[in-house]
Amino acid sequence: MLLDVRAGIELGEIVALYGTSGAGKTSTLRMLAGLMPPDSGHIQIGSETWFDSDKKINFAPQQRSISYMFQDYALFPNMTVRANLEFAQEKNIDNKRIDELIEAMQLGDLQHQFPTKLSGGQQQRVALARTLVRRADLLLLDEPLSALDQATRQHLQDYLSEIHRLYKPTIILVSHDIGEVFRLAHRVLMMKNGQVVRVGSPLKVFAEGNEKLKGRVIEVDEESGFVAVLIGNQVFRKQIVGQFLIGQEVTLNDFNVEIK
Amino acid sequence: MMEWSPIILTFKLALITTLILFVISIPLANWLAFTKSRIKPIIETLVSMPLVLPPTVLGFYLLIAFSPSNGLGRWLDEVFGLRLVFSFGGLVFASVIYSLPFMVQPIQAGLSNLPTSFREAAYTLGKSHRTTLMRVLLPNIKPALLTGVVLSFAHTIGEFGVVLMIGGNIPDKTRVASIAIYDEVEAMNYGMANAYSLFLFVVTFAILLIVYSANKSSVA
Repeated sequence: MLLDVRAGIELGEIVALYGTSGAGKTSTLRMLAGLMPPDSGHIQIGSETWFDSDKKINFAPQQRSISYMFQDYALFPNMTVRANLEFAQEKNIDNKRIDELIEAMQLGDLQHQFPTKLSGGQQQRVALARTLVRRADLLLLDEPLSALDQATRQHLQDYLSEIHRLYKPTIILVSHDIGEVFRLAHRVLMMKNGQVVRVGSPLKVFAEGNEKLKGRVIEVDEESGFVAVLIGNQVFRKQIVGQFLIGQEVTLNDFNVEIK
Repeated sequence: MMEWSPIILTFKLALITTLILFVISIPLANWLAFTKSRIKPIIETLVSMPLVLPPTVLGFYLLIAFSPSNGLGRWLDEVFGLRLVFSFGGLVFASVIYSLPFMVQPIQAGLSNLPTSFREAAYTLGKSHRTTLMRVLLPNIKPALLTGVVLSFAHTIGEFGVVLMIGGNIPDKTRVASIAIYDEVEAMNYGMANAYSLFLFVVTFAILLIVYSANKSSVA
């Protein structure tokens, strides 16, 4: 498959890559990380060129200010949870930073365990924590919250937003969860067969075209006119005029309002 | 009365050979496991040659190469004062080459069977190739390292043809146990041959048993 991505991303933006499997989302992240050289083209971050096929520039992953969270987590089995995080630090171990992350990811009781003893969701939280240890300019997250239960997922979405508010890294994340995209991303790149087919705010991308954002009405309060709609696995409430029934499938066009 | 010197010499040879092999095989196996170089098949073939070649072939060529009357041997002798034929040093050199595949192959297999993302994750965390190898890759292939060490050690103990060709049968210098056994049989001293054989059998059995038991409990 030919992967052809032309996109500009603002510094400090949160961008979601959305698309079916095999659309080229992970390959895009790998090229940004320096793990897979593109055949041609260039990758520029600010004033720094990381890759340029014409000028034969190709920075090694170690030379790029990135942090990459792998889909299979890639936790090192020979190190405890805490040691995995410590390994991610540059030189001096900053215990405060690690304690903070361990707490935020609710890993306190697990920090001296080895990763193979943990559940998938727990491993995912360790992997995310390890990614956040480095204060990289570019965070590449490949389905960072997919294995988590709803409550933890929301908690970590908030935490990611908080991290973003504090340090303003550019974040590119792969997500299949429309609700999550709405919650976190400023922009969506919708990918299909190796190409970016649509770019824009989540609302714009999901409201246009064939892939209409579908949701299900789960609560109607007739007195106040509020309707609760489950989109992906997030609940959105909106005051809307119109007749809605519980269980009814609605698209964003029916909603016809900005949800965010 | 059984002489201890062939037994001691055998284990000394096996120990030194294994140590040298361990040190040189890790970078070699690491290179073979991950390189995209076009000469990889050639190097792989060369490393594996001792598996299929009769030991006498290897011994014969080493004997020719290191003979002081030939180019390489003379050069080594003149420049370094090193004589590798009929010396313990020559035995070590020949053993290292002869047992190379037994160390390199398990380590190479261990490294290439690790998930690629381990290496990639370490790189994206800013770690050098060396740090990645030492702190991430090698600690996760301990059973493969152990297999390499045990096989090389055992294989060196069992060596005969190469040793005979390049080392000969000089007491205290190159007369290892396998040669001593052959020698005693030639001289019809079956009792002595049996003593050496039995000793080797028991000791190697014990070593392998301990190693495999330890390995099993560490994996379980």
